[in-house]
Amino acid sequence: MKRALRRVAPQLMTLIVLAALVSWFFPSFLQIDLSDGRLVGPVIDIVKRGAPVAILAVGMTLVVATGGIDLSVGTVMAITGAVAASALVSGWGVPVALLLACGAGLTAGVWNGALVAVLGIQPIVATLILMTAGRGIAQLITEGRILTFSDTGFAFLGSGSLMGIPVPALLWVLTGVLVALLMRRTALGLLVESVGINQRASALAGVNARGLIIVVYMASGLCAALAGIIATADIRGADANNAGLWLELDAILAVVIGGNSLLGGRFSIAASVLGAMIIQTIDTGILLAGFPSEYNLVIKAVLVLAILMIQSPHLASEWALIRMQIARRRAARGQEG
Amino acid sequence: MTLKTLMLTTVATLGLAAAAQAQTVGFSQIGSESGWRAAETTLTKQQAQERGIDLKFSDAQQKQENQIAALRTFIAQGVDAILIAPVVATGWDSILEEAKEADIPVVLLDRQVDSDKELYLTAVGSDLVHEGEVAGKWLAEAVGDKSCRVVELQGTTGSSPAIDRKTGFEKGIAGHANIEIVRSQTADFTRSIGKEVMESFLQAENGGADICALYAHNDDMAVGAIQAIKEAGLKPGEDILVVSIDAVPDIFKAMADGEANATVELTPNMAGPAFDALAAYWKDGTVPPKFIQTDSALYTMSDDPAGQYQARKGLGY
Repeated sequence: MKRALRRVAPQLMTLIVLAALVSWFFPSFLQIDLSDGRLVGPVIDIVKRGAPVAILAVGMTLVVATGGIDLSVGTVMAITGAVAASALVSGWGVPVALLLACGAGLTAGVWNGALVAVLGIQPIVATLILMTAGRGIAQLITEGRILTFSDTGFAFLGSGSLMGIPVPALLWVLTGVLVALLMRRTALGLLVESVGINQRASALAGVNARGLIIVVYMASGLCAALAGIIATADIRGADANNAGLWLELDAILAVVIGGNSLLGGRFSIAASVLGAMIIQTIDTGILLAGFPSEYNLVIKAVLVLAILMIQSPHLASEWALIRMQIARRRAARGQEG
Repeated sequence: MTLKTLMLTTVATLGLAAAAQAQTVGFSQIGSESGWRAAETTLTKQQAQERGIDLKFSDAQQKQENQIAALRTFIAQGVDAILIAPVVATGWDSILEEAKEADIPVVLLDRQVDSDKELYLTAVGSDLVHEGEVAGKWLAEAVGDKSCRVVELQGTTGSSPAIDRKTGFEKGIAGHANIEIVRSQTADFTRSIGKEVMESFLQAENGGADICALYAHNDDMAVGAIQAIKEAGLKPGEDILVVSIDAVPDIFKAMADGEANATVELTPNMAGPAFDALAAYWKDGTVPPKFIQTDSALYTMSDDPAGQYQARKGLGY
């Protein structure tokens, strides 16, 4: 437990500093009220809004841990949203819509995984195919329109709340905890890391590396499906052109802010979802502070750069060196006097 | 006269009339990137059919070279006129000259080109500033002398509809010191970001109690924002007035439910005025003005939104 806390300490610190920074611009940032039996407040909005990226980040962490990357998750969100919405519009009911959407996500994962593990195509290229072509598939399903539905049961997944807490927030916490337990309470996490560090060596040691990589991309596809369901339920409509647009990059950024190496190997799911919350805190904070919209992306870039610089291992060792030199100089001066 | 001869003469007259009038028009459409454009295509085909015009349709799939190729084919076929929704503003000079040499009038739909005005007959389009102004004037009238704090959802930062619709709205509320835009943020013309930004507006403005009206640069953002308002426990349309632009079917549904107040139409029927201008030109050579501005009609809750929704939902929006 203590080790796990130490692993996510930089991310927690960043969140606290960001919260202080936003509070400076918007004093009631941390205030949470209870209205109509549901919690409301900027922090609640952040844990709700951050759900799609947090869930994508869970799947992305696993893919990145194997040394891969999944650029298609944003597009898979659009596809699964379109599948779910068209199932609802056709009157097939919520369970069928959910099953079909998850099936579409898993299929996308099998496709990506097969390209990477069986055909040996580089992950960034393999998933780029679905990233660009997939939006066309989503548009074919919605016929280019925003498919609007009015099923309140399905909308509950995006905008409902349980015991005052927004459902999307519960979903990402649940996803994160389940996947983390599955990885850490079994040997699975270790196997994923070993494939990421050296695929050939793990295969020679008896790990089914090929199968594991396909399964990891399927997990990412399933996470994308869940994120797509939430995004679609949230606006009660499937927008094939815009659903999940550029979210794959936010998910990768969340993994990176979580301190995971894009080269594969050791990973922490908790740190990645905290990374997603950091990104969402920046986004919501900018909106609350009320800057003109031209500044949004610049502010985001500066903050992200600052966070990554603080986490940079090079900078950390340089800093340690400087501190040592200062200490030495002081000691020398003390001797002279 | 027996019934049979009567029918025969009718058919003959109709046939003659059709033969005398049947004109061929080529239409080069950009593609089908948005619901609005799909509706424009549907309406252009409808308008042509109503007027007995033989429409040759070509989808350019967002590529200028496809449009130029389509225009060249139309010229070779010797059509009576060409309609084009140009994908970009530049690079049309030579193909427009070819059309002019072949004496084929060209009408631009909803977008402009940077070529010499002599090279095309006329352009049909909407005035984006005017659309914003209509929305602003509606709000000024709706709130009267009451003080009103407005939040604005902008389109994509830097895009011309976002700039012009903002300018127009500010023009529309100019002179009404009681109306003030207190928060303005981009929501990228999309439903999901519209909802997200509106949520933060509600947080920042005392749970929404301090907001009197929402102005969104398009209907989709308004539809997203309406859900955010509802989830915050307020009544959109009553507690917070909602006015937006475009007039897509879903905003009429919201209006029918009493959740939106007004929308300004960006009509997808650009072909109607174009065909009218062409008919006059063919008849006696009347040259229309170089820019035909389409109506920016205002629709409110009292304009039968349920009926409007039914009429529009089949147009492919």
